Amino acid sequence: MADEAVQQTPAPAPSARPDRPERSERPRGGGREGSGPGGPRKYFRRKKVCKFCVEKIDVINYKDVRLLGQFVAERGKIVPRRLTGVCTPHQRRLSTAIKQARNIALLPFASRY
Amino acid sequence: MIRKYEVMFIVRPDVADEDIEKLVSTLQSNVTAVGGKVVNAERMGKRRLAYIVGGFGEGNYVLLVVEGTGEVIHELERRLRVSEPVIKFLSVRTDEDEKRHSKIKKLRESRVKRSPQSAAAEPPAAPPAAATV
Repeated sequence: MADEAVQQTPAPAPSARPDRPERSERPRGGGREGSGPGGPRKYFRRKKVCKFCVEKIDVINYKDVRLLGQFVAERGKIVPRRLTGVCTPHQRRLSTAIKQARNIALLPFASRY
Repeated sequence: MIRKYEVMFIVRPDVADEDIEKLVSTLQSNVTAVGGKVVNAERMGKRRLAYIVGGFGEGNYVLLVVEGTGEVIHELERRLRVSEPVIKFLSVRTDEDEKRHSKIKKLRESRVKRSPQSAAAEPPAAPPAAATV
């Protein structure tokens, strides 16, 4: 699909790049904090971007505990996309990787308190 | 159908190093006996477990990269289940991930090759994005 887009618009060849900020803008536009409850917006929330898209991490492996640990809450839960800003395809792979890591005791299912 | 798998397993922490080596080599010979191929066998050392498995708080991680059919993995898993020092194992199929990764890589490279155009188009695209942040 990305190839099609490139072929249709030959002049701006890196069409996939301009796409990316556009995509990350979407949560801000549709997000609750953007439109607010009617009052003037007092603070500006920083736009969240997918870490995996920005840093071009292609493989999300279950052995990479340090990477996966960033997306696991203190209690061992997977942090939702809406908090981390990870895009849908990456979150999908991330969650499978976390679940695999849990299975081999690299990450906890639930950490005790 | 030849596929690529990663089989990771945890050996009890009270097992001596030589015994682990022995176990790994016997598993390797078992795999080759049923028609598989062990591409890589890696000891990942002793690690703390995230939760207690079979009464142990830590364990020796071993990673095998195996090429072969599903039956090979089936047999290997059966052996792991039976072998007493192994407390946990996980097998993951990796060939599809690798395929996708190489595809992405190729795509990215082809994009880089087209760069004279994209390099010219990129700088004007970047400042507005930075301004919105």
